[in-house]
Amino acid sequence: MIHVENLTKYYDGFCAVDQITFDIHKGEILGLLGPNGAGKTTTLRMVTGFLRPTSGTIRIKEYSIEKHSLEIRKLLGYLPEAAPLYHDMLVYDYLGYVAMIREFGKEQIHYRIRELGELCGLNEVMHRPIGELSRGYKQRVGLAHAMMSDPEILVLDEPTSGLDPNQIVEIREIIKQIGKEKTIILSTHILSEAEATCDRVVIINRGRIVADDSTESLKQMARGESLINITLQNATFQSVENKLSEIQGIVSITPVDTTGETTEVIVNCQSSVDLRGEIYRKVKETDWILLDFHLETKTLEKIFREFTVES
Amino acid sequence: MRRAIHIFKREVRVYFVSPIAYIVISVFLLVMGWFFFTTFFLFSQANLRNFFSLLPITFSFVVPAITMRLFSEELNVGSYEILLTMPVTFLEVVLGKFLAAVVFLMAMLIPTLAYPITVASLGQLDWGPVFGGYMGAVLLGAAFAAVGLFASSLTRNQIIAFIIGMAICFSLTLIDKMLFFFPQSLLGLLQYIGADYHFQNISKGIIDSRDILYFLSVSFVALYGANLAIQGRN
Repeated sequence: MIHVENLTKYYDGFCAVDQITFDIHKGEILGLLGPNGAGKTTTLRMVTGFLRPTSGTIRIKEYSIEKHSLEIRKLLGYLPEAAPLYHDMLVYDYLGYVAMIREFGKEQIHYRIRELGELCGLNEVMHRPIGELSRGYKQRVGLAHAMMSDPEILVLDEPTSGLDPNQIVEIREIIKQIGKEKTIILSTHILSEAEATCDRVVIINRGRIVADDSTESLKQMARGESLINITLQNATFQSVENKLSEIQGIVSITPVDTTGETTEVIVNCQSSVDLRGEIYRKVKETDWILLDFHLETKTLEKIFREFTVES
Repeated sequence: MRRAIHIFKREVRVYFVSPIAYIVISVFLLVMGWFFFTTFFLFSQANLRNFFSLLPITFSFVVPAITMRLFSEELNVGSYEILLTMPVTFLEVVLGKFLAAVVFLMAMLIPTLAYPITVASLGQLDWGPVFGGYMGAVLLGAAFAAVGLFASSLTRNQIIAFIIGMAICFSLTLIDKMLFFFPQSLLGLLQYIGADYHFQNISKGIIDSRDILYFLSVSFVALYGANLAIQGRN
């Protein structure tokens, strides 16, 4: 669907995006992940045709961005970072204007706006000026703008930034729902978001791709070692350490909180073998009271740090 | 081109929704009214020559004030990112905004039709020069609007856009009044560049294709410049 090859962008000698190559297939939700200033927004702006690449090619379906910019923009729906909209227009008027430019017929416009208002939860603010809306509502108007023409490809730059937790969940649901039929690229620096919504994640740092894999296999990579968190009552750290170090495969046992009546430790297990059964049996042999026992889920967080923090 | 019309409609609506439009119109009418009628009764001649001779100077600062927001505001808010990623061409954007400014100018000139009507009731008014004057005013306003639009496409700061636009319009207006500073070989060229010279021709009622061509070419060059400036940004 989208093919990006050796994409490079220089801003006055500063290299924002350096030789990026990736492909997006139809129906895929791709997450562009990276720390601030990694080049996510620049990449998306080039894909939408807003910025001209210094070098490299972008092909969307059979169109190339240099020659068929207008056709590509007809296929795309784009939500820029922080949704910069016309503040002096009413939401309804704004969406109407977008619909006109997207060449909707007069009768369809009203129907389409109602539909989008329903989907994005905008119906109660339809007749208010955009400038007066809260951040979350502006973001929704931006999303409605991007989805206006029911485009095949949606490009969303930090779609959940500035939203409250409830709104984040809502927007993610919307994205997932439309992602069933559409191709979506979204950028984010929030890992849990990429994990929750994306099929595939491309991690970029300093303008380069450092990882490109499905969310699942990236998570697998993180499971080279696993951490188990245990909180016990009636036990000293010393006795816990003695007891548990009998188990094969445990690398280290580190105390987290041993000051109060409870003892909290983190057990670092090396292999991919799940040692929780073993540990439980050991604990059962004693008269300790098991208050908490869980596997620390090592998510994309760790990989992200490994790839993006300079050693 | 249909999309240019949608952009045009939006811009016109924004003009008349915001208070700035009414402030600019009021200031324009106040300035024109005062300068025209203070001397009108001294001359006791039933014509609008004085009104039209004032117009280029007044337009030099009023028109850039009208056009300053057209691109600068979008650049400042960032909404031009949304505009340029919709399926519209640069040309459609520039034309839509330009036409909106011209229509606004026409709306601003409509109340001044009260002057010829008043004057006609006081004496024998020759309507030929009045007709020519209004046609010239629209052409002059269009040229200055194009210049103002170009200035607006250069910067995200509306005040800077206003000052650049005003500087160019003032230079165009006043250049043929300063001819004695320049070497003789340049006089013909500089006089041709001056907007006032061409405008005064039309407002005398002489409609010469050279003058019309002048205003159209100024508009074209400035719009082309705005088009390039917007494209060059990214």
